Amino acid sequence: MRPLDALAKVCGDVRPGEPAEGVLGVEPALVAAPKDVAEAADVMRVAAEAGLAVVPRGAETRLDWGAPPERCDLLVDTHRLDAVVEHVSGDLVVKAQAGLPMERLGEVLAEKGQRLALDVPLPGSTVGGTIATGAAGPLRFQYGTPRDLVIGLTVVRADGRVARSGGKVVKNVAGYDLGRLFCGSYGTLGLIVDATFRLHPVPTARAWVSSPVGDAGEAYEAVQSVLRSAVAPAAVEYTGPGTVTVLLEGVPDGVAARVGQTVALLGDGTQVSEVAPDGWGLYPEGNTLIDVTAPPTALPHLLTAADGPTVTWSGRGHGHVGLPGDMSPSGVAEFLRALRAALTPHKGTAVVRYAPREVRGDIDFWGPLPALALMRRVKDQFDPDHRLSPGRFVGGI
Amino acid sequence: METELQALALRLEALLGPGQVITDPVRLRTYECDGLTNHRASPGIVVLPDTAEQIAAIVRECASEGVPYVARGSGTGLSGGALPRADGVLIVTSRMRRILEVDVANQRAVVEPGVINLDVTRAARPQGYYFAPDPSSQQICSVGGNVAENSGGAHCLKYGFTAHHVLACEVVTPDGELVELCADDPGYDLLGVFVGAEGTLGITTKITVRLTRVPETVETLLAAFDSIEAGGAAVSAIIAAGVVPAAIEMMDALSIEAAEAAVRCEYPPGAGAVLIVELDGPEPEVAAQFAEVERLCRDAGAFEIRIAAGEAERALIWKGRKSAFAAVGRISPAYIVQDGVIPRTSLPRVLARIDALSAESGVRVANVFHAGDGNLHPLVLFDDAEPGAEERAEAVSGAILDLCIEHGGSITGEHGVGVDKARYMPRMFTDTDLDTMQMVRCGFDPAGLCNPGKVFPTPRMCGEVPGVRKGPHPYEGKADIF
Repeated sequence: MRPLDALAKVCGDVRPGEPAEGVLGVEPALVAAPKDVAEAADVMRVAAEAGLAVVPRGAETRLDWGAPPERCDLLVDTHRLDAVVEHVSGDLVVKAQAGLPMERLGEVLAEKGQRLALDVPLPGSTVGGTIATGAAGPLRFQYGTPRDLVIGLTVVRADGRVARSGGKVVKNVAGYDLGRLFCGSYGTLGLIVDATFRLHPVPTARAWVSSPVGDAGEAYEAVQSVLRSAVAPAAVEYTGPGTVTVLLEGVPDGVAARVGQTVALLGDGTQVSEVAPDGWGLYPEGNTLIDVTAPPTALPHLLTAADGPTVTWSGRGHGHVGLPGDMSPSGVAEFLRALRAALTPHKGTAVVRYAPREVRGDIDFWGPLPALALMRRVKDQFDPDHRLSPGRFVGGI
Repeated sequence: METELQALALRLEALLGPGQVITDPVRLRTYECDGLTNHRASPGIVVLPDTAEQIAAIVRECASEGVPYVARGSGTGLSGGALPRADGVLIVTSRMRRILEVDVANQRAVVEPGVINLDVTRAARPQGYYFAPDPSSQQICSVGGNVAENSGGAHCLKYGFTAHHVLACEVVTPDGELVELCADDPGYDLLGVFVGAEGTLGITTKITVRLTRVPETVETLLAAFDSIEAGGAAVSAIIAAGVVPAAIEMMDALSIEAAEAAVRCEYPPGAGAVLIVELDGPEPEVAAQFAEVERLCRDAGAFEIRIAAGEAERALIWKGRKSAFAAVGRISPAYIVQDGVIPRTSLPRVLARIDALSAESGVRVANVFHAGDGNLHPLVLFDDAEPGAEERAEAVSGAILDLCIEHGGSITGEHGVGVDKARYMPRMFTDTDLDTMQMVRCGFDPAGLCNPGKVFPTPRMCGEVPGVRKGPHPYEGKADIF
């Protein structure tokens, strides 16, 4: 039986792929959109039997991240897996399917005064894609990234079996935490079908305190003064060129008092707003995006290597750099080399998320990978035939 | 086997020096159990390394001989996670106690695995920082053990677990190689799965922990209620109001009685339950929310509320709670400390069922719990001199775990699975779930020599095992009696 027919027997939405659906130019032979977990499992089982290379797809907001797949026989589209399975507000947990858009999840939670404390840097992105890429924004300062908020995960393995880890309680140390392992795994270990998250109450008051800073040294001092203080920010962001913004969340009286303390720390020219400044939580512009991680003291070196409208930095040690479209491939490669050199003394990393096709061949997306051998061994266990998003991830995984 | 172990001991002594390898049976018995004393096995060999390189060399020796090994920090674990193997090597990290760096500008510290949890806080406190995970054993437990168990504590309701406070671990892999796993490095989040793997994926030799800014203010109250139900209603109301306390702890009448007998904590007489609520953070935030918590407790029927005026009074409020486990010894000759989790909203139903279980079986159960996150620590009391009493207590203790699973909870919130609860794992997870978790194990440790017999009730066969292995398969070893 042809794979299309075999898939059509187990899934109601299967069709040939179209050129426009290419994953970084690699056209999928087939596209399947399972309607529930059971169908997703059947699709993955049939794909295993036919030896198909499978790439998961959510809302395509980050499908251009990482390297192109070596091949793509089947795109598994999660858009029909879009249910809020269970929201127990009294327990501050929600279980949602992978294809659910993050904003829609946010709306459902907001009805009960709750939120998933993750920013959505790319509008439209899904729960599954957010986990698979480990995506987060400024709130990572206080709440971390998906790895810190996922408390249960359901995946379909390469062989089509459904596996769960964690659960629906926040405090739980039974078994390995596969949720953390799948965060940022780029679809190379299995198909994420649903996730359970820890939630937080929506704060009743928020304020953004922004202050201009003159140079790298001033930026560093401003961020450090906030880190050392007791104002307990939800986020501290440097946005280039030359602005430090502190987000304060809490009860109205508390936020008002902390705004006063923060203004005193940051000094002249400080502005206070109850709405987010333009561009808050979005990735910087450009058609190459670099994700930077380094300890807070690396900030001056980062800003010496790269500053301008396309640099953002979260105070605990994570930033983004966008590079303009008119930069030559060799220019991008040279920039990346210099950036990594500046970060190396801090044990920092610079990972390219996306870059134009003409640049891709000239650069190393990931940088040094000290634990690559172990990663390959884990990959070999989960996907012995290397059929899941082959080649998309570190070291050609 | 014994002669093979003797030969191995000689080689380890050559690696480490004479004082750091223990083979004397009397001294070996010191290490026969961890904090869970009903599982015991005298280790074949105990080694006391000083460096990561020594641990790597020890692991390489074990790997080449096919000898199982277990890492142990302070031995305070409550699930038998550090239970040694009679046919193996116990690697004790207690000599590796250096705090290598306290880096305030980067809000982190680098420590060796044997460093005591509270010592990290002691080192950082003068500069206004602390290490947030605070298991009850924090005065003696090691950071390496915290990593293995993903330790929590009373304040993890707000601050999270060890996994949220570890930025990197240097690890000796089961191949005997040293590798650093960083949360932020590109690639798979191997650190994320290493933390909490109960020492089955390797041995950590250096840990970079996040330091947390000491909050500007802390407020603690004790509220006394007629019943557990009323206390539970107060917890629900506090959570529903959008307050995230640093801790919410509850004790029932029996555990209050025990604490009173042991430490004279002078909780309000006649209380059917006491609630301890602690808020911390910026002063103006805490002031506003604390007033609300107090009101919610009164609305839920609190007949007495005490507010700690300063550190001494706060310590007094916590004294009863912190001593609760040991205090039960005052009212019962023996007891089992259970650790289960339920969704917070199931609290009233589950407590009613525990009451019923206790009444039906005649086994007394004292309840102490982290009420904010639904983590129950029922203390199941029995008289070990009475024939059959321990078995009845075990049965009640197991039935409580079944209740937790039935309500969508977990068989362990912080004590870990270890050897103690491996048999309960199939009640919470399917065979496929457990098989999938063990794929990670097979990736790290295909020979299954690193802390075998823990977490999983049955090992997964990992396919072809690289390298030469002498001696019997670890799972056929003579210590495999659990």
